[in-house]
Amino acid sequence: MLANLTKALRRWEGLLLLLLILVVAFNAARTPGYLTVNNWVNMFELSIEKIIVALIMTFIIINAEIDLSVASVMGFSACLMGYLFSTGMPMPAALAAGLSAGVLAGLFNSFWIGIVGMPSLVVTLAGLIGFRGLAYVLLEDRSIGDFPQWFDNLGQQPLIGPIPFAMILFFVMLVLAIIILQYSGFGRYVYVIGNKKEVARYAGVKVERTKMILFVASSTIAAVAGLLYAARLGAVRGDLANGFELDIITMVLLGGVSIFGGTGSLYGVLLSILIILNLRNGMSLANWSGHMQTGVIGVLLILSVLIPNLAGNAQAILRRRRAVSSQPTPSTQ
Amino acid sequence: MNAIRRRFQPEQIRELVLLLLIVGIVLFFGTQIENYFSARTFNRISTSVAVIAVVAVGQTLVVLTRNIDLSVGSIVGFTAYVVGTQLTQHNELAPLTVVLMAVGVGAVLGAINGIIVAYGRVPAIITTLGTLAIYRTILVQISGANSVVTNELPQWLIDVPRINVWSFGDLDIRFLFMLAIVVVIVFQLVVSYLPWGRRLYAIGSNPDAARIAGFPAQRIVFMAFVMSGALAGLAGFMFLARFGNITVVAGQGIELESVAAVVVGGVSTNGGIGSPFGAFLGAILIDVLQNSLIRWLAISEFWRDALLGLLILLAVATDTVIMNRLRKLWVPHELQISDSTAVKQGGVDHAG
Repeated sequence: MLANLTKALRRWEGLLLLLLILVVAFNAARTPGYLTVNNWVNMFELSIEKIIVALIMTFIIINAEIDLSVASVMGFSACLMGYLFSTGMPMPAALAAGLSAGVLAGLFNSFWIGIVGMPSLVVTLAGLIGFRGLAYVLLEDRSIGDFPQWFDNLGQQPLIGPIPFAMILFFVMLVLAIIILQYSGFGRYVYVIGNKKEVARYAGVKVERTKMILFVASSTIAAVAGLLYAARLGAVRGDLANGFELDIITMVLLGGVSIFGGTGSLYGVLLSILIILNLRNGMSLANWSGHMQTGVIGVLLILSVLIPNLAGNAQAILRRRRAVSSQPTPSTQ
Repeated sequence: MNAIRRRFQPEQIRELVLLLLIVGIVLFFGTQIENYFSARTFNRISTSVAVIAVVAVGQTLVVLTRNIDLSVGSIVGFTAYVVGTQLTQHNELAPLTVVLMAVGVGAVLGAINGIIVAYGRVPAIITTLGTLAIYRTILVQISGANSVVTNELPQWLIDVPRINVWSFGDLDIRFLFMLAIVVVIVFQLVVSYLPWGRRLYAIGSNPDAARIAGFPAQRIVFMAFVMSGALAGLAGFMFLARFGNITVVAGQGIELESVAAVVVGGVSTNGGIGSPFGAFLGAILIDVLQNSLIRWLAISEFWRDALLGLLILLAVATDTVIMNRLRKLWVPHELQISDSTAVKQGGVDHAG
């Protein structure tokens, strides 16, 4: 029993679960009304766009790639929607245009990554700058609001019981993502490519096609998230979702996904999302500023990799010592 | 052809190509834009490129070792703010002390990155993503939402951006630009001739081989981060001198601009390829194109970033295609054939 427990804790997910329980217990003890449904819905709602994008980012990082452009694509598609709406286009058409902007952005990224063969870090860095630039080109320094009531309601009102539309969408996508990544053939490909691209290629996996599918999906989902964010805010501006990519990548990496690809799981990412949400919520309730919260999450991100490394070092040293002391006659080789 | 092959490496030709590209672009816009060949154009571009060039040189050292430093923007802002507040409280500080203080603060922040990456074995992108947020948070906390304002700074600092080292007619070589050039030359020599510099390439090309060969890889990577921080600190001083007004968001986005300059300048994100001089050319190319395109197309300033993104892509894409061609020219013919058969057999290349 105890051996099982320590074994579970050694695994990343076990450690995250322990951390989550600690954070929740601490918050619940400090703040009355913390464990209410309303607070939890509120907690999810405040970061819902980020955690939706974190799901697809998990695929991409396990694939040993990175997509830095997601936040800019969110801003670009929402701004395009806002711009077209302000020129008099009906709302559904403007939304469709915003969504197709996301698909096009994804095709653009995957062209350079999959066909030209450039590193995704460079391509999506250019995308991070360029798509944000396009958002500013469209709206300059204006802000566009006064969307139809149904659109604002979609982002601001609960749909079923206390739960808003975006949150339902997140849980549906979460189930789909778990099925695809952890239990389907495509998911296996994602892991295999992330482990060793060359080996995957020789084994007949269509490496480029898999990557291109992922990057198109990433930008498309980012566009959906951007439009949801616009609905929640009720207005769009050029700097919408600026800097979100860092939070999103932090969620994935804290979840135990290696930046070098091939390892990690959506379960870990889900736990890390819950930890970050609860931590931020607790810090907000304690009146800590947004900057302070970002700093704390930065520390957590570094520690999440540093501590296991140091623990591994310490273990290796201990094992060496034990090996030396258990030998009665130390041989000199 | 063989003589050329022996004399130059493809990477050196890349820098030549960049230089020719810059000259070509300048000549082209000269025919398109009125009064393009004026001292004003030169002075504007040379002052704006100086800060980013210094950061880009530090970034190059880190990227050469197959790492990345995303915290430089926060380091620039942090040093600019800290040095600025010290100066407003102690107006009598000597200029050299101030510069050393900026470099020192930057080096300490860089050392923190270096310790975590080199000795803690945390991937650089995770570490510097974290410290990007952490340094900015510390800055916001210690500032208490105050800013450094120009009229509280000593007069000599405000005059720094206007100091001319040389003037040819209206053409001024400003002190800040000169400082950037000195930094580029010094570090170009370091990576070309000093053992530490050569080892940056060795580690970036093949970290395992470098370790087996007995290089103190951890110390070298650590020092690369210290240097990157120190140069970002120097850039922080230059930033303070140039703008005077420093808020807590100062320097935000410089990390991306420096990575852009490095990448356009031909430094490979896989490590081991590139040079400080290339990164300097990359910074100039980006700035020249941005400035000129906006004037030429008569479009608004809002196009700046959209253009920048496209330029980075095109620069790196042409680079990938052209450099692959060039490298093939450099490989002897027989080797190419055995290379391709090795690939077909799915085996490792033993043809060397």
